[in-house]
Amino acid sequence: MSMIRLLCAECMKTFLKKRTYLGFLIILVVVPLVEIAMKIEGGRFTEASLRSFHQDFFFIGSLFNGWFVAHQLMNSLWVHIPLLISFVAGDQLAGEATAGTYRLLLIRPVSRTRIFLAKYLTTLAYAIIFVSFLGVFSIGLALLLMGTGDLLVFRGGILVLPASDVAWRFFAAYILAGWSMATIATIAFFFSSFVENAIGPIVATMGVLIVLLIVGVLPGEYFEAIRPYLFTSHLNVWMGLFAEPVDWSDIVRSLAWLGGTSVVFAAAAWAIFVRKDILT
Amino acid sequence: MSPVVQTFSLSKTFGKRTAVRNLNLEVFPRDVFGFLGPNGAGKSTTIRMMLSLIRPTAGDVRLFGRSVLTERSHALARVGGIVEKPDFYLYLSAVRNLEIIGALCGGVKRSRIFEVLELVGLRERAFDKVKTFSHGMKQRLGIAQALLNDPELVVLDEPTGGLDPQGMKEIRDLINHLARERGKTVFLSSHLLPEIELVANRMAIIHKGDLVVQGSVADLLDSGEQKVIFRGTPSNRIRRLLAARKSLVRAVQRVGTEIHATMEFRHIPDLVKILVRNGVRLEAVIPRRSLEDFFLSMTESSSVA
Repeated sequence: MSMIRLLCAECMKTFLKKRTYLGFLIILVVVPLVEIAMKIEGGRFTEASLRSFHQDFFFIGSLFNGWFVAHQLMNSLWVHIPLLISFVAGDQLAGEATAGTYRLLLIRPVSRTRIFLAKYLTTLAYAIIFVSFLGVFSIGLALLLMGTGDLLVFRGGILVLPASDVAWRFFAAYILAGWSMATIATIAFFFSSFVENAIGPIVATMGVLIVLLIVGVLPGEYFEAIRPYLFTSHLNVWMGLFAEPVDWSDIVRSLAWLGGTSVVFAAAAWAIFVRKDILT
Repeated sequence: MSPVVQTFSLSKTFGKRTAVRNLNLEVFPRDVFGFLGPNGAGKSTTIRMMLSLIRPTAGDVRLFGRSVLTERSHALARVGGIVEKPDFYLYLSAVRNLEIIGALCGGVKRSRIFEVLELVGLRERAFDKVKTFSHGMKQRLGIAQALLNDPELVVLDEPTGGLDPQGMKEIRDLINHLARERGKTVFLSSHLLPEIELVANRMAIIHKGDLVVQGSVADLLDSGEQKVIFRGTPSNRIRRLLAARKSLVRAVQRVGTEIHATMEFRHIPDLVKILVRNGVRLEAVIPRRSLEDFFLSMTESSSVA
């Protein structure tokens, strides 16, 4: 019961804060802008991409539809959405230090571990709610504006997934994206545990993400050898669902790797938090 | 009577700097315990260790007989406090802030939230965001949150800091009310001796991390040598007349234009009568207790440093 109370208190703090909704606001502005622009541009983008295939294939109907646009928007999960998530996750602990409110919280007869747990679960809840919102809003609006149809996927070559086989893939892809973004949120939360301003964790999280993404695409044997061990190589786990056939073992391996990364960073954050001297 | 607060050789070092060294304190039930020291003496570090915000380098703190280090939740269950300036979630109302703190105390009834707001005179502002509060109101809200779980021990770290004289008096009245009418034990830190003298029955002085003295306020302030400063003209005659009364005055010393006499305060009326009768024009007679002198010298030296 007391854990639920703590969780409610943390949710109240997080979801009554204006900055929590900044990410939602950005999505509410950017997603319609992108989707309306793509609708205006029409099929030019797909036509250009498919030009070389027209000699060998004959396409019936329009492959430029709501599913296609929603799939393109999922690419924001590489950098843009992590940035917005770290904005809130990085503030969870560092924000208390900055505001001086650790002195209110940590003199109470409740263990630091429980407080940590309540804060971490709230952070994960935020990340999942945010990704779900992105999914529902971007897919819903795209289908509303551009209708349904077969999904054209560019990945190495081209793949056309029939309209009847697409919805479940998006649903599952956003669940996997939620898992990926939970890892990003955990890393931001970890950085938040040992600094006393909220900017540090955001910069540190994005720094780690961008550096590892760059390392992940550098050529050379050495980089190829370490690539499978970088969590950033598994962030795109959701992409695996837009393949035929779906390589489930690859997806499970990526989920495990991301989960392991989250456990390591969360454990490190916990160890820092419970031993931390509150001097602010 | 077992102590409410007990520290055992409590020490804290930050790098090479020792903030608190081998501190042994005892606070008993229903005490208003003044914890006095100049700025930077180690008061807040001690309070932070008492309330488990920082871990001691050595030693232990026991609250109600329970170690803060090994039985933290039990030790803090009957404690409320403010550590330094009261900070809140500024974007939330006073009620929401207290709801959050209540959740950390295992849940408190809404009626209790309004009760403590009433006690500190913030009932009318209960639903206003804390960012609209003045410093004095935040200070009072700080006391409200400290009392939320109806604690037996209330720890107040410089609760009158930054307040105007009226605000300081209100806080003093509240502390007296808590101690005398509600039976709370109050641990009050301050760098102002008069403030402690007005409300505390027991006190300790800490300086550069070391405990200087501990005991009842009355005993400590009346113990040791008492000094009286005489200002007037002609000062030579004051010195001569005082020096001649060896049964009343133990020592006489000129300090600038003042004459400092070591003596008991109860002899002041007799000596004033003698001086006036001998044509001395007295401007001031200032009784100074040795502890006061000692504390003033400490604060002066630390402010110079």
